Amino acid sequence: MAEKTSVKVYRPHIPSPARRRVNRLGRGGLQAVIIAFFTIFAAFPFYWMLIATFKTNQDLYRPINNPFIFNQSPTLDNLKLLFNETNYAVWIGNSIFIGIAVVLITLLLAVPAAYALARLSGRLGEQLGILMFMVYLIPPTLLFIPMSRVITLLGLRDSIWSLILVYPTFTVPFCTWLLMGFMKSIPADIEEQATVDGYTRFGGVVRVIMPLALPGLLTVVVFSFTLTMHEFIYALAFVSVSAQKVISIGVTSELIRGDVYFWQSIMSAGIIVAIPVALIYNIFLNRFVAGFTLGAVKG
Amino acid sequence: MTTTTPPLTRDLQRRQSRMLKLLDSERFLASAMLLPAVIYIVLLVGIPLITAILFSFSDATMASPEIDGLSFNTFGAVLNDPVFRRSLGNSIGFTIISQASMVVLGNILALALMKNFPGKWFVRLLILLPWATPIAIGSIGWLWMYDSVYSPIDWIFRQIGLLGMQGDRVGLISPAPNMYWLGQYGPFSVILVQIWRMLPMSTVILMAGLSSIPQDVKDAAEVDGVGFWRTYFQVTIPLIRPIILVAFLFGVIFTFTDMTIIHVLTRGSSDNSTQVLASYAYYKGIDGGNLSQGAATAIFMLPVLLGLAMILLRIARRSEVR
Repeated sequence: MAEKTSVKVYRPHIPSPARRRVNRLGRGGLQAVIIAFFTIFAAFPFYWMLIATFKTNQDLYRPINNPFIFNQSPTLDNLKLLFNETNYAVWIGNSIFIGIAVVLITLLLAVPAAYALARLSGRLGEQLGILMFMVYLIPPTLLFIPMSRVITLLGLRDSIWSLILVYPTFTVPFCTWLLMGFMKSIPADIEEQATVDGYTRFGGVVRVIMPLALPGLLTVVVFSFTLTMHEFIYALAFVSVSAQKVISIGVTSELIRGDVYFWQSIMSAGIIVAIPVALIYNIFLNRFVAGFTLGAVKG
Repeated sequence: MTTTTPPLTRDLQRRQSRMLKLLDSERFLASAMLLPAVIYIVLLVGIPLITAILFSFSDATMASPEIDGLSFNTFGAVLNDPVFRRSLGNSIGFTIISQASMVVLGNILALALMKNFPGKWFVRLLILLPWATPIAIGSIGWLWMYDSVYSPIDWIFRQIGLLGMQGDRVGLISPAPNMYWLGQYGPFSVILVQIWRMLPMSTVILMAGLSSIPQDVKDAAEVDGVGFWRTYFQVTIPLIRPIILVAFLFGVIFTFTDMTIIHVLTRGSSDNSTQVLASYAYYKGIDGGNLSQGAATAIFMLPVLLGLAMILLRIARRSEVR
């Protein structure tokens, strides 16, 4: 009690309880408005893509029609066009195949590297870790010109293997960095215990550390996969044969034929990819953020 | 028989123990584990990076890609190119405008999302969609939103009287029925998509920051009767300043080096009003086949990136010490 009165002496402007309730209500209303505004801003293009997917030409191409509802009954023709008359299914297949291949390469390279950086090399390890981070920040838009030379020299132009070769340049540094933080959080004592129990250092890592690092590994799998789905410039620069294209490139280049835009099919092509990728990504987002904010965020 | 086996087994044992010792030896194990990743990165990041720098001092083209000699000619040509200067200006301008607004908006949104409310996970999912969707796909959605005739934004504007309706009504902004978002307003439209794309990421980072503020600090402010705004600006913001900076810097890196939004929406515009370094480098280096000038254009991103990386690492180190 005595403390409270002394506080009152320092700060005479305490709002009355009634006033505070009004403030809180106002804040709740404001909160709702803010959230509604941003949700619409973020999701609006997706709603638009979804509804355009099922619109007929006559409905879509009339400026006076309300664009947000079906003025004519919805149709599946646009989806049929997408799957029957374009290489859409092939592009999805290519994207998934590349994704899986890149995930495997990334795991092979990043897991041992991350462990070594987290545990074994002390001061040098720290500096190498920083270097990894710097490598991650070098963007494809800086490297694509020499990279396209490399691809030509290797004879991989117009082949999905060019992307499988090159994509780990951004997944490996990022995933090494992410896993490094993850492995640092596993106490070294557990490993020592394993050594005491008769495992070699290597055996200890495989049988004790890997199972503990499983959530980290899963995160790496998801992010390597989605990062390859997001990539654009290498895919644009290296591959121009339709059957070897990935989804981002196929959709943005082949559904526009000259001046003819197959808008509904483009929108459906987009939304079909966007939703599943977004859902997977969403589940792991907090780890992703923690991964590239260098532990500056502890939440 | 009995005389030959012991040395063999001894030899085997010795070899085995040497193997074990090697597997136990920290340095050996560490380098063996690091080596594959390091070799890969040196070959496919290190060498291309050096090649990019060499290209920009050469006169290599797609037709004759050899680096014959090094000179500053390419840089001279690039610097004298008005389109390059425009792109550099646009890159910097677009990035600063979009990321500065993003930090403000991200803070507002993060603050609003901190409290629990029904359906929060769904709202979060919707808000995160732009960041989780492949950027080319998101951009193509916007390309249609910005359509010169059928833009749904224009439709709304016509309904509320901001635009005219084919002669029968005079709009507040213009009597024409359309805005032509990717024409005259190209830079604005591009910046809007960049904000749209980066906002989810900065919001999530900022939310992580906000939830890391200890409850007793907030309680203390409440007990002291400090108002919401004062708490926000004098307690919250100073506490999460490093995290705001991290969100801003990552936003800058992603935006500054992006060419996808530009490529899908405008291809830089016919008057280059939305051309940026990354897209111009692409059109010059790959479409135009001028490897040296393309590389020299892209290389201008390097000092900016290095500077940003340094600041990020400094923040990281400081927060680790704490």
